[in-house]
Amino acid sequence: MKTMDILLQNETGLHARPASEFVKLAKSFEAKITLVKDGKEYNGKSILNVLGMGAGKGTKIELRAEGEDEETALEKLSELVKSFSE
Amino acid sequence: MKGTAVSPGIAIGKVFLLKKIEVESLQKNSDDPQKELAILETALKKSALELEKLIQASGEKLGETDAGIFQAHLMILQDDEFVQTVRDHIQAEKLCAAYAVVKTAEDFYIQFMQIEDEYIRERAADVKDVGMRVIKSILGTGTGLEAMPDGSVIVAQELSPSDTASMDSQKVCGIITESGGRTSHAAIIARNLGIPAIVGAGGITEQVETGTFIVFNGESGEIFIQPDGELVKKYIEMKAVKEKHKKLLMQFKDKKTFTHDNHQVELYANIASQNDTSAALENGAQGVGLFRTEFLYMNRDNEPSEEEQFVIYKKVLSDMKSKPVIIRTLDIGGDKNVPYLGLEKEDNPFLGFRAIRICLEKKEMFKKQLRAILRASIFGRARIMFPMISCLEELMTAKEIISECMQELDKRSIEYDRSIQIGIMIEVPSAAVISDILAKECDFFSIGTNDLIQYTTAVDRMNPKIAELYNQYNPAVLRLIKTVIENGHKEKIDVGMCGEAAGDEIMAYLLLGLGLDEFSMSPPCILNIRRLFSLADMNEAVNDAQTVLTMKDAREIKKFLEERNKKISER
Repeated sequence: MKTMDILLQNETGLHARPASEFVKLAKSFEAKITLVKDGKEYNGKSILNVLGMGAGKGTKIELRAEGEDEETALEKLSELVKSFSE
Repeated sequence: MKGTAVSPGIAIGKVFLLKKIEVESLQKNSDDPQKELAILETALKKSALELEKLIQASGEKLGETDAGIFQAHLMILQDDEFVQTVRDHIQAEKLCAAYAVVKTAEDFYIQFMQIEDEYIRERAADVKDVGMRVIKSILGTGTGLEAMPDGSVIVAQELSPSDTASMDSQKVCGIITESGGRTSHAAIIARNLGIPAIVGAGGITEQVETGTFIVFNGESGEIFIQPDGELVKKYIEMKAVKEKHKKLLMQFKDKKTFTHDNHQVELYANIASQNDTSAALENGAQGVGLFRTEFLYMNRDNEPSEEEQFVIYKKVLSDMKSKPVIIRTLDIGGDKNVPYLGLEKEDNPFLGFRAIRICLEKKEMFKKQLRAILRASIFGRARIMFPMISCLEELMTAKEIISECMQELDKRSIEYDRSIQIGIMIEVPSAAVISDILAKECDFFSIGTNDLIQYTTAVDRMNPKIAELYNQYNPAVLRLIKTVIENGHKEKIDVGMCGEAAGDEIMAYLLLGLGLDEFSMSPPCILNIRRLFSLADMNEAVNDAQTVLTMKDAREIKKFLEERNKKISER
């Protein structure tokens, strides 16, 4: 399993369009994608879970990937999150 | 019975009662989880097919926004967690498929409603809507809307996007719902489709059945269940008159605004949210003369971010295509409840800390709004307007803040309209008096009559005891308006008006004669004024305005203008 800490810096956080883009990309990987916020785990391939986290600007989350393509998954997903604040 | 009128027109027809599913009466438990799982799978597949069809159909019928809603629905329907939670309920708790769906949707709904984000709250309603779709499919009930006969008045607890998308609007002559307000989904759709509608009619679903004869007035909010023959006759006549008039007015929809002798003016719409642009366009607005931005700041716990505002301004500008949109910066004061601004209660809120006075003090908040407007400005024709300007210093400071915002955007290499027009509202008598000085420093004026009358005559317009003193025909007010228009024209800037008076046909004619360039009003008034102007003669209007300016009191002026209006309307 690979993990990485991310700070959401864009205005909308993981809401609205960023949330659905994240889920779409997460779904393209074999690996299980989990987001952890305040000790709670959320399924990164579920739009309901990602929105339900309520992760707005300034939220710290841990990103976990577990499976064959975990390395690529982690890299691509963290890149996507960074691109939101550009 | 009465409700909130949200879409004008008269409806006469038979009720089509949209029954809601009584969640309480659903069977809860089942002994056969395998069977329930199979039922669930079939219902999920069927619902997905329905949604795919809706996405296609709504793209053609109601516009892209609705297609977007159904795409979100499909994503929820196919969400791993959603489906898995339902399955878990069925297997672990031995719940029936339908009940398991209700429980799952309800749980997500509650979770979403706890999040302080408008977007996520909207999705909460979507989860419920998706849940209902699956349940209907399991129970095999459908909405029944497909079988609705011609000339129906839909009566429902509330209408979801799924309901409105599956109804054949040709068969609907009216809509009444128990819940909802002016901006509810049902209200917006009804206005877009031109179907009369009333919302907030509490208890109506208990009082009627499918087939009950009903009449209602989408302007007054009155509802008559099983009315007598006399009343029906009266309403049939009223409806015929209104429809004839509406047809006549529709000829003016896509026309410019000319007087009989070819003097041209502009008729704009006043809007109060991003949902009002369709009403503006449907009614032939040539632009937006007043986009009130207060709604962005109210009913919430924190100020809206730059990004959030940008999205909304961009939407309004692109929806209005290349038509001008005058965005008024925050106009709020101590009489409105905006807790996070920490405003103190004042004895005289209308003479107090409000509008531009607050913005100049809370500079960072003001800059967020200005940057959002500037960023959105490349998506249409935005103009910025400051409310409540009472002296030159305020205007100069506000303009300086705009320059700062522009520099900040330059640093971020963000594009904006560099020649964006900046104007002010003239609603304080001091501003009207020095309008010659102010005109040199801005690109347009917009006269706000509601406050200008109140401040000039020292009459609180909310106080019923002195209501008679609040009078738009007061010669002092008219002289100020004349001064403002003349001073604007001397500096070659456009002078508009965005108060109630601009949409009042008797006053509008006088304003035309005084030389007003742009009239901004609530959308339903536009076509009526365009028609009236087409019958009027500019030379005559100018002469009439001069006559009015020699008159001594409001009553005399009103009588004169009413007579003129009658003559012109009969042409």
